[in-house]
Amino acid sequence: MPEAPYIPQPEHARTYRYDAVDREFLAQRIAEFRDQVARRLAGELTEDEFKPLRLMNGLYLQLHAYMLRVAVPYGVLNSAQLRQLGMIARRWDRGWGHFTTRQNIQFNWTQLTDVPAMLDALAAVDMHAIQTSGNCIRNTTTDEFAGAAADEIADPRVYAEILRQWSTLHPEFTWLPRKFKIAIRGAEADRIASRTHDVAVQVKRDAAGAVGFTIQVGGGMGRTPILAVPLFEFVPEAEFLRTMEAILRVYNALGQRENIYRARIKILVRDLGRDGFLDLVQQELARMPLAPYRLAPEVVQAIRAHFAPPPFAPAGDAAAALARATLAEPEFAAWVALNTRPHRQAGYASAVISLKPVGGIPGDATAAQMEAVADLAERFAFGELRVSHTQNLVLPHVRQDELYALWQGLLAAGLATANFGQGSDIIACPGLDYCALANARSIPISQQISRVVDALDRTHVLGELQIKISGCINACGHHHVAHIGILGVDKHGAEAYQITLGGAPGNDAAIGELIGPSFSYEAVAGAVEKILLTHIGLRAPGERFVDTYRRVGQAPFKEALYARA
Amino acid sequence: MSAKARSATMPVVITANRLRDGRVVWLGAGTAWVEALAQARAVTGDDAAAALVLGQQAEKAMQVVGVYAAEVTLSAAGPQPVSQKERIRAAGPSTEAAAQLAA
Repeated sequence: MPEAPYIPQPEHARTYRYDAVDREFLAQRIAEFRDQVARRLAGELTEDEFKPLRLMNGLYLQLHAYMLRVAVPYGVLNSAQLRQLGMIARRWDRGWGHFTTRQNIQFNWTQLTDVPAMLDALAAVDMHAIQTSGNCIRNTTTDEFAGAAADEIADPRVYAEILRQWSTLHPEFTWLPRKFKIAIRGAEADRIASRTHDVAVQVKRDAAGAVGFTIQVGGGMGRTPILAVPLFEFVPEAEFLRTMEAILRVYNALGQRENIYRARIKILVRDLGRDGFLDLVQQELARMPLAPYRLAPEVVQAIRAHFAPPPFAPAGDAAAALARATLAEPEFAAWVALNTRPHRQAGYASAVISLKPVGGIPGDATAAQMEAVADLAERFAFGELRVSHTQNLVLPHVRQDELYALWQGLLAAGLATANFGQGSDIIACPGLDYCALANARSIPISQQISRVVDALDRTHVLGELQIKISGCINACGHHHVAHIGILGVDKHGAEAYQITLGGAPGNDAAIGELIGPSFSYEAVAGAVEKILLTHIGLRAPGERFVDTYRRVGQAPFKEALYARA
Repeated sequence: MSAKARSATMPVVITANRLRDGRVVWLGAGTAWVEALAQARAVTGDDAAAALVLGQQAEKAMQVVGVYAAEVTLSAAGPQPVSQKERIRAAGPSTEAAAQLAA
């Protein structure tokens, strides 16, 4: 099949645009993989030979089919790209896609023979599936309100793109001891679960306004959850890549390749101690002259130009118009209160499109929904979109006086659920319904719990509540840092679910504590209901679940869950 | 290829994913691979070992990937999976919306 023609992207959308060199590279890479697929089908490559090649191109073999994981760099999309993802879902999958906690999208019903054509279609909109698997630097994640948030100090997209270019096909870091995940934010508020990452970066400015980076290292989830610890307080912009390179070199040299469960950087940092690890990084830095690694201001400026603000209109009476609309329509007012966030530009807001309908599958969107959202992004948000690590979509720049029209469009597409950050906004991994690694189902548990929470919320207003579900100890569902975390395990051949309480992903990051013995598939939603009813009985006015838990401890929740009737 | 430890007397079916599209298949009559567990051949003991060899040959012939033996019980409707994972492989995702969309 000839490669797909380039599809023009919306003029005002601030997404990184490939140049001719990027497009030529992608075309060559797809041709290479097309040949590898053909050789596999012809019997010239065994599965052992082919597996590392397909994984380098984001292709897994799951329970029911191949799964293609497509990179959404730092969660930033434009409408043409989302529309193309919808086309791919309709043409080569079963009509939907699944947005992930790495701000990527997965197609769960991929056929091997279709993959080269799918990659052509992705390349037509400057997208690919490279480095979405394997022991390399994965997709850097960032704040879903990047470039829009009222509290943003510096735009993290600029540095996320620099990290993308630095880490893509980096010759030293293609075969790390284990996968490597970086998150970067530009605000004090941590909306990216920073400390659960191998490296967490915060873009800052010093008193003179110069950009620098706070770097934390050694976080991770999985069977040994550890929160990242501070490594550098303020790395000057020019030294950013040199510092990252030194950190990766120390890890690459000393990470425990012989044991998959001890191979992540979190184990190395824990074993060496923060100071021991820092000492090795500084020794490495001393061997690295700055010049070859210097991040030059003109390079940063050239990339920043890709993310220049869109042509915002004057605020006018947008805020007043929004206020009038919320007074007239309580359901809309509830959506605005929960699903919009303050924007740095007067008269604008960021709007969260929840992919968590009550009783639905977290992160799933149909092809028709993707196309509808692409249309809405073009009408209301300069064609820009974000994918959040909480498996939702965001329109970053919407005029306040157009939020009502946007909401009506979302209602028509079945995407107006008002629950961002609430108990039914559950993160869940694909679990045993799709994943070859899982021990237990996640999605049906999420569906059950979202109904329980929604019913309680209607009468008791639970407020911010983070429930996260993983179908195995790899913790793709982030259960360790949930207010209420649920981990599926295999218990004598049956699905069972452990519950942890008190975790958190943000500025108050904490690892949740196991509350007691596990629950059966049939009992776990009821157990969550008991936990929440206990909270409702104990909470101070307006108190979040996690704050009640931290105040009163485990005892009342244990009593509610395990006391004999 | 992976093989799971099992009782010599427990019936098994030989299963894998089809190479071209990844779909779940089972070894049926002869050397045919079938898409429905009900049509799978349940075997025990030496027959199971021989069927596994057939599966391995199909893997070498680029028909399937990841051949293994999965325990089943026998019923009038045919072999029934023992583990939850095999039930989901046989019936598809248990999620409600996925089932509606796939219909």
